[in-house]
Amino acid sequence: MLEIKNVYKTFTRKGITIEALKGVSLKVEKGDIFGVIGYSGAGKSTLIRLANYLERPTEGQVFVDGFDLGEYSANELREAKKNIGMIFQHFNLLESKKVFDNVAIPLVLLKKSKEEIRQRVTELLEFVGLSDKAGSYPSELSGGQKQRVGIARALATNPSLLLCDEATSALDPQTTQSILQLLKRINAEYNITVLIITHEMSVIQEICNKVAVMEEGKIIEQGSVLEVFGHPRHQTTQNFVKTVIHNELTASVQQSIKAEHGRRLVKLHFLGESTTEPVLYEMVRAYDIKFNILFANTTEIQEKTLVTMILQFSGEAAEIGKALEFLEQHEIGIEEVDDNVFDHSNR
Amino acid sequence: MFSTTVTGEQFMQAIIETIQMVGISLFVGSLIGIPFGILLVVTRPGGVLENRAVYAILNPVINIVRSLPFIILLVAIVPFTRFIVGTSIGTSAAIVPLIIYIAPYIGRLVENSLLEVNPGIMEAAESMGATPFQVIRYFLLPEAVGSLILSLTTATVGLIGATAMAGTVGGGGVGDLAIVYGYQRFDTVVVIATVLILVVLVQGIQSLGNTLARKIRRY
Repeated sequence: MLEIKNVYKTFTRKGITIEALKGVSLKVEKGDIFGVIGYSGAGKSTLIRLANYLERPTEGQVFVDGFDLGEYSANELREAKKNIGMIFQHFNLLESKKVFDNVAIPLVLLKKSKEEIRQRVTELLEFVGLSDKAGSYPSELSGGQKQRVGIARALATNPSLLLCDEATSALDPQTTQSILQLLKRINAEYNITVLIITHEMSVIQEICNKVAVMEEGKIIEQGSVLEVFGHPRHQTTQNFVKTVIHNELTASVQQSIKAEHGRRLVKLHFLGESTTEPVLYEMVRAYDIKFNILFANTTEIQEKTLVTMILQFSGEAAEIGKALEFLEQHEIGIEEVDDNVFDHSNR
Repeated sequence: MFSTTVTGEQFMQAIIETIQMVGISLFVGSLIGIPFGILLVVTRPGGVLENRAVYAILNPVINIVRSLPFIILLVAIVPFTRFIVGTSIGTSAAIVPLIIYIAPYIGRLVENSLLEVNPGIMEAAESMGATPFQVIRYFLLPEAVGSLILSLTTATVGLIGATAMAGTVGGGGVGDLAIVYGYQRFDTVVVIATVLILVVLVQGIQSLGNTLARKIRRY
């Protein structure tokens, strides 16, 4: 569907060169809702603009449906863009035009007949739930309604790919929810592939099936959302995951365990099948160890359950090692918790 | 004490001449100036029809013409005026320099109005695969209409000021009347009357422009 291959992008402004992207590769498959997350300045805005060539790569290639956008002529590129819809953080609607005319614009550009435009726009406004606002001006709408108009406009030409540039970042949590649900519906009902960039992990958690984490112009981690949430490897990823999944010990528990040394703290991530089997029970039956649950949390991602626990093990070091191996065999993610971590988080 | 030798008919005649000069030079000046303004915006670096050569020529040319005071422009281009309208005196002879004076001014004002258009809208247009012409026609101009009206209002007011100097070439109009009868013959009534006429004219045009712009903007 969309493939970005080893792309570098540098901007030169007033003699200062900024490397926005440093060798980024990613592949969005048909039907995906692919999320790219990163802090501001990570390069994600530049990345999404590559997908419809609003930005041209300095080096590397961008393929849409197998065709290299860089090999297209200006005309062919304009044609290709009609297959790629885009929505924006600040909606970018024409303030001088009514809702109906805003949605109609892509069709007017294609010189469609009045009747055809009327039919399609009516249908789109119904789909996004704004039939009664056709005659309003954008300035009369709320943020969520404006984004719905943006979405209707982006869908007018029946694209197969929808790019969402921080589409919910200017909206309140409740409106964000409803827009995300709408995007989910678009993906499911029209089979439109969606690429989202955001700085909110909750957006990824809510609707994405794949995620890439960006930092300083590079993708530092990518995979299925379940995988990345379950086993975040990179520090930045862990920070993002923390914003939606609480997996830290409370201060009072931290205080109490600081006193007791010689014990082993381990964070466990249960995913998929491991959440429905009595793995911990089997572990204590098989090995001579004790454990104490200091923390436990359950989250749902992609209609699957993710359980995070922090256990404090006591017993023979070798026996604990074997027990942890046993857990690993049952596909439970294991992360050693360092006592020093607490000193950091206690600051 | 409050007597004057100027008749009401002469006043009417002067007003009509002023309106003629302003109207015609505004119309022709807009025909030249608006495309100039659009060109300045689309050919500038990062514009939809980026063109260094066009921008690098147009931009200083406009600056040069804009830096000439109207009274100097008026006499400086007398040969050109004679070539265009066949004479260098009278109302039609005043219109040529008025156009040359106002067209670059309108160009600059239009440029400013268009630059005010939210860059996000241009990005949206580009993402839809709009051609440069479509970007101008369906995005840039409609979004700037309110601001364009205000710009043209400013240009009109500027033109009214410039027409006062048209008397130098026998252009006639309200300003000419004030100089010839009011100033040179010490006819205070004419001076006061012309000032009143000009104030009413400018006020009227400004409020018309404001009302139109507000109606079109709707926000």
